[in-house]
Amino acid sequence: MTDAADNRYKLIEQTMKKLGYDKSALIETLHVAQESFGYLQKDVLKFIAKRLKAPYSKVYGVATFYHHFTLKPQGKHSVIVCLGTACYIKGSKKILESIEERFGVKVGQTTPDGILSLLSARCVGSCSIAPVAIYDNKVKGRLSIEESLEKIEEILR
Amino acid sequence: MIKQKVRVKTFKIDDITVTGQSDQTVLEVAREHNIYIPTLCYLEGLSCVGSCRMCLVEIKGCRELAPACTSKIKEGMEVVTTSPDIQAHRNMILSMLFSERTHTCSVCVVNGNCELQDKTVELGLEHSLVPYLEQRFEIDASHKNFVHDPNRCILCTRCVRVCDEIEGAHALDLVDRGINTRIIHDMDEPWADSQSCTSCGKCVYVCPTGALYEKDISTEEKLKKTDIILNLIKSRKKDD
Amino acid sequence: MITSIQELQKVAENRKCSEENIPQELRVCIGSSCLSQGSDAIQKDLEEAVKAKGLQNRCRVKGVGCNGLCANGTLVSHCDSSKKEQTLYEKVTASDIKELVKCVEDHSVYKEKRCDTNQPFFTKQNKVVLQNAGVIDPNEIEDYIAHGGYSALFHVLKEMSCTDVIDEVKSSGLRGRGGGGFPTGLKWESVYKVQSDQKYIVCNGDEGDPGAFMDRALMEADPHKIIEGMAIAGYACGANMGYIYVRAEYPLAVEKLDHAIKQAKRLGLLGNKIAHSGFDFDIEIRLGGGAFVCGEATALITSIEGNRGNPRQKPPHLSDYGLWGEPTILNNVETLANVPTIIKKGAQWFKSVGTTASSGTKIFALTGHIKNTGLVEVPMGITLRELIYEIGGGVSDGRELKAIQTGGPSGGCIPVEYLDLPIDYDSLKSIGTIMGSGGMIVIDDSSNMVEIAHFFMDFCKSESCGKCTPCRVGTTQLTLLLEKFINKEASKADLELLKQMSEIVKSASLCGLGQTAPNPVLSTVRYFENEYLEGIKDD
Repeated sequence: MTDAADNRYKLIEQTMKKLGYDKSALIETLHVAQESFGYLQKDVLKFIAKRLKAPYSKVYGVATFYHHFTLKPQGKHSVIVCLGTACYIKGSKKILESIEERFGVKVGQTTPDGILSLLSARCVGSCSIAPVAIYDNKVKGRLSIEESLEKIEEILR
Repeated sequence: MIKQKVRVKTFKIDDITVTGQSDQTVLEVAREHNIYIPTLCYLEGLSCVGSCRMCLVEIKGCRELAPACTSKIKEGMEVVTTSPDIQAHRNMILSMLFSERTHTCSVCVVNGNCELQDKTVELGLEHSLVPYLEQRFEIDASHKNFVHDPNRCILCTRCVRVCDEIEGAHALDLVDRGINTRIIHDMDEPWADSQSCTSCGKCVYVCPTGALYEKDISTEEKLKKTDIILNLIKSRKKDD
Repeated sequence: MITSIQELQKVAENRKCSEENIPQELRVCIGSSCLSQGSDAIQKDLEEAVKAKGLQNRCRVKGVGCNGLCANGTLVSHCDSSKKEQTLYEKVTASDIKELVKCVEDHSVYKEKRCDTNQPFFTKQNKVVLQNAGVIDPNEIEDYIAHGGYSALFHVLKEMSCTDVIDEVKSSGLRGRGGGGFPTGLKWESVYKVQSDQKYIVCNGDEGDPGAFMDRALMEADPHKIIEGMAIAGYACGANMGYIYVRAEYPLAVEKLDHAIKQAKRLGLLGNKIAHSGFDFDIEIRLGGGAFVCGEATALITSIEGNRGNPRQKPPHLSDYGLWGEPTILNNVETLANVPTIIKKGAQWFKSVGTTASSGTKIFALTGHIKNTGLVEVPMGITLRELIYEIGGGVSDGRELKAIQTGGPSGGCIPVEYLDLPIDYDSLKSIGTIMGSGGMIVIDDSSNMVEIAHFFMDFCKSESCGKCTPCRVGTTQLTLLLEKFINKEASKADLELLKQMSEIVKSASLCGLGQTAPNPVLSTVRYFENEYLEGIKDD
């Protein structure tokens, strides 16, 4: 099986082994799987289900319950706009709307060319520098609408 | 968990003195004494989840209403099963259930055999107190014998529990969360493609509404068979 | 391996000794807020600049946890043993590095970026839990030990019985800092009393309240304090396994905790037979997955077990039926971080801080329309006015204060007339809000309160697990109803329905999320009803 040779599967296997293939290892394993594959595809979920001897429906149910997990492939670049309370009252919703408008992508979606994913977060805990957005894993605070758009142009370049 | 010896407890439900064993719930004792408490997610023989909140009762001395199906009995407790306040709660909860999906009884296959419908008659609820949300879901009629219509589902999870606890297949579970929660087969695949489903039909028998039903039988025949679970449990015990 | 108090003291002295040989220190804040402004690069550049000048034997550059004044990051403090006080620099950027190194070189002060530490933001605080934040290097266990770390654990293991510890915590009056305010000592006692071979300590680091980041800062700045607190809790009630459940959104906190656990194991402060005492204790980290409901006790437990985070009806309580069915203590990060200090300084001292019914301090995350955003630790019983106007420096952009939101989606909005209310668990409850985990969002007069209520209801709607009817459908219905008010399309009957539905969702929901979800609506209806009336269209 080419899959077995796949390094990413090995990583997942290691995690499950470390936790004794116990049912409680499911969420930890999903974290590792998402980190190595970028998202949780069904093949991977089925692989995990089989190894942990967990029902398919349960694994799928868990993977869709937690918002941190995504079942769709993500774009090459990502922007996460924080919609926590502090960010909200400092206008993060307007930032989100401007990004949606400028780049023609709705929150939770990826541009058709697969370049940019626009996501929202429920508070990333950087409230003191609100409003905040995360550009390709880099947190940027005290954003104005213009800045928030410029930053995207920057990472896309 | 601490295991306590089972003892007999005496307490009151609606001013009637009743007795039960300490591992019993308020609902179980009430039923034994023919005191009616409405339920939807509860089904004898399955685990209790206390999720539909129809069986909320008042326990004197408690600040909040408690579901009868999960509340263990206590010596000397006083339970009230109906009051204007409880009634208001049940009406609102039932309205919420009706508003959530599309429950149009006149075109439903289980019209006349539906537990949700029965509740409205019992409570005398003539119209929903809240506006309809009108969610629309795709119907899964791929299975050769059964149909899954999420539009009539009330998320009581009886089907999920019966499949896991009695059939041991766990072909069903919930997907997503909150208002988007749905019942799925395997990894949200068509029922016919489910590798875990044994086509035993138990989920259909215990479904309180028309969300799960048998194909090709007339509406009149679409009786639910909820007592099948208890019979199964009993006969299994005999085998042991 | 450290097996005795003497050895612990030796580690502390060695560390102090090496500190004396290096008389100066530059502490760069690498907490999340400052980090997002590139403080890691500043730390690196400073290290290089110090080296380039050949000052590495005179000055150590280290990364420390959150200093508190996140609004003015990046923060760098300069400690010079030849001077009494340390100097704090704010808004430090790459261009200031030269000047900072110059300060090290000739013991001077770089006035331009100096932050006045005599302002109320610093002087009115009482740092107990955050004592080490911004001081120690969270990556080095020796630094924590040098600041008195793990001495409480050793004291407990050598000098105190389980009931001694529980009595101490009980008489300290410590209450749960996660929001509920349940007396911690009572919780411990109930688990201690249950007969069981296996018990668990779970630390709730799933800080889901939007607008709150106290626990994050604590985990990042002083992870060992949490570990020590957990070990003491474990000893007190007879548990030998602990779990820390942390949000996956806090990668830095996970990294620091993970590192700290490894270090503690290496030194024998976690593991088998800690300090030759016969007490075993181990800790593992579990990641959350972005579900606010997992802050609820039963949901958190079931999530650790690898399931969907659906709560279950209580009772049974966790003390009887917790993780894997065993008796479990679930405490919040800040609660556990209070424990070592209570042991060290005593219950009486702890009681002397704060109010009679709410002793000790509380960390608040000041955010929103306020000048000094950041983390502050104040004694319980401080008034909102002191907190907002003195410590917080008042409302930003010259606007007027309208309300203060506490307790996140489970809390409520406090109108201006209660500014002189002393803050504690009970006073906040009496005006329709809760202490919560300590998020404090200042709202100015440009905001619409119906929109704020809608924001929280929408949050609860998307965070509802969907298990019970009132929460699943109710939060959706309430969100839609609030939209009608925002769009000025509501009727008078809608206002009645809003109130009625809120009350029923509150009393009929299965868990804390649903039971508290209507609070923001109810409190804004109570104090700002006119804004709802404005949303009613004329017939």
